[in-house]
Amino acid sequence: MTDAGADSGWFELVPPDDLGAARKVIENGSAETPKDWPTKAVKAGFAEDKEEYYDRLHEAATYATREVVKERERADDQQLKHSIRAMDDAERVANELAERAVEWAGSLFDDVDSGVEGARAVAARDPESEAERRAVSLAARAADLDDERAELAETIGRIAPAVAPNLAEMAGPELAARLIAVAGGLEPLAKKPSGTVQVLGAEDALFAHLSGRAPSPKHGIIYTHEFVRGTRPEDRGSAARALAGKLALAARADHYAGERRAQLHDDLRERMATIRARTDDDESDTTGADDE
Amino acid sequence: MSESALPNGVERREIDGERRLATRGEPVYGEPTADGWRAWDPERSKLGGMLELGFETGLSGGETVLYLGAASGTTVSHVADFAGPTYAVEFAPRPARDLLGAAEIRDRLFPLLKDARKPETYAHVVESNVDAIVQDVATRGQAEVAVRNARFLADDGRLLLAIKARSEDVTADPETVFEGALDRLREAYEILETRRLDRFHEDHLGVVATPR
Repeated sequence: MTDAGADSGWFELVPPDDLGAARKVIENGSAETPKDWPTKAVKAGFAEDKEEYYDRLHEAATYATREVVKERERADDQQLKHSIRAMDDAERVANELAERAVEWAGSLFDDVDSGVEGARAVAARDPESEAERRAVSLAARAADLDDERAELAETIGRIAPAVAPNLAEMAGPELAARLIAVAGGLEPLAKKPSGTVQVLGAEDALFAHLSGRAPSPKHGIIYTHEFVRGTRPEDRGSAARALAGKLALAARADHYAGERRAQLHDDLRERMATIRARTDDDESDTTGADDE
Repeated sequence: MSESALPNGVERREIDGERRLATRGEPVYGEPTADGWRAWDPERSKLGGMLELGFETGLSGGETVLYLGAASGTTVSHVADFAGPTYAVEFAPRPARDLLGAAEIRDRLFPLLKDARKPETYAHVVESNVDAIVQDVATRGQAEVAVRNARFLADDGRLLLAIKARSEDVTADPETVFEGALDRLREAYEILETRRLDRFHEDHLGVVATPR
């Protein structure tokens, strides 16, 4: 039904009162060029006149959008969770397999580089013996897995901004997906206090701390964010706390409102500038003789 | 302030002791109302800002409109109040839920959960020769989105576009970003008017254009 000719209107092949069918076509159909659909629909007998056509379109578009929204909202954060976990698995296995393949290939060929790139080069070779065939084939699997990892990253880059626009903008799609995955979904993440968001993914260290064996962890997976990693160690606690605070607010805005909040992003930039300015202050105090 | 060029159905009304832009319709997002007129806040709406600043939008009321980046429906609900059939494209499910609320009580507002970068996914629903495209999408490649959607616009139609510098490149100088976007736009459009919207929206450029 959805491929009822590449350039037909949504109403063609949809009985006027069949909202389910209309929804499928509105959601999945396509056309390269728009046409004068209201006139065509009247001519085709889908509606008596344009007003009736618009009434039917209103009913169908509202129904289709409501149904798709319901489904997407239910599903997309879970898809993100699976995607990020699959990406991590693909990356880990690709690296392991590549190491094995290049180690093997190194015993058969000259000039074999290490890692996935090395495996890619091996995969392009023409094997001549049974052993070479196996080593080249193994290298090809590693390269394929690495391609899969790249495609998963692309998928995450597409889904994350739709599921959580503020979180994805602030954390980048990958870290946003990781936070959602560790929390178990966008809603559970939105309900976590910022102190929890700060140490998500550092549960081992946190429990060691709670049982009195270690200092409190400064950060969990948010460590990969440039605002934390790029801040000097003395200020990383402050940076992680500030970032986690805004990430928690971003997750709440995404779950409860779903709209981009410019203020959140401006506030974080300002706070980070303040924290990093300490570095400059200290440096000009202690190393006053240095040039900038 | 220019009193020129307000479309029919958009008026300056006394609401809460202030003269404000307003349209007639059911309230959508808790905006103040008076005598059936809803205040249209230029600080919450790029198009509202453009009207408040006296842009020659070419809108006269009653036209067919394609609105890209409808979000929760704040602006598009006002558009549907004074325009004719209005197609509202929004990509993100959560704001689309609120957009549905505005669309359910407006029988010529058609909500579509679609990606404005892929017009072929809604060209089987949105009609050709619309009188105006209003665009407010916060993604990179805003000019590209306008160019791809030019296929919907009538030859004498108007593109009313708000370009947000930060969506293209947070670090670049807004003027540079705007120049690059306008260059891309000129491949499909003739630019009629541009002005900064800073009084209401920081680092935004308002653009009125017509197909080449």
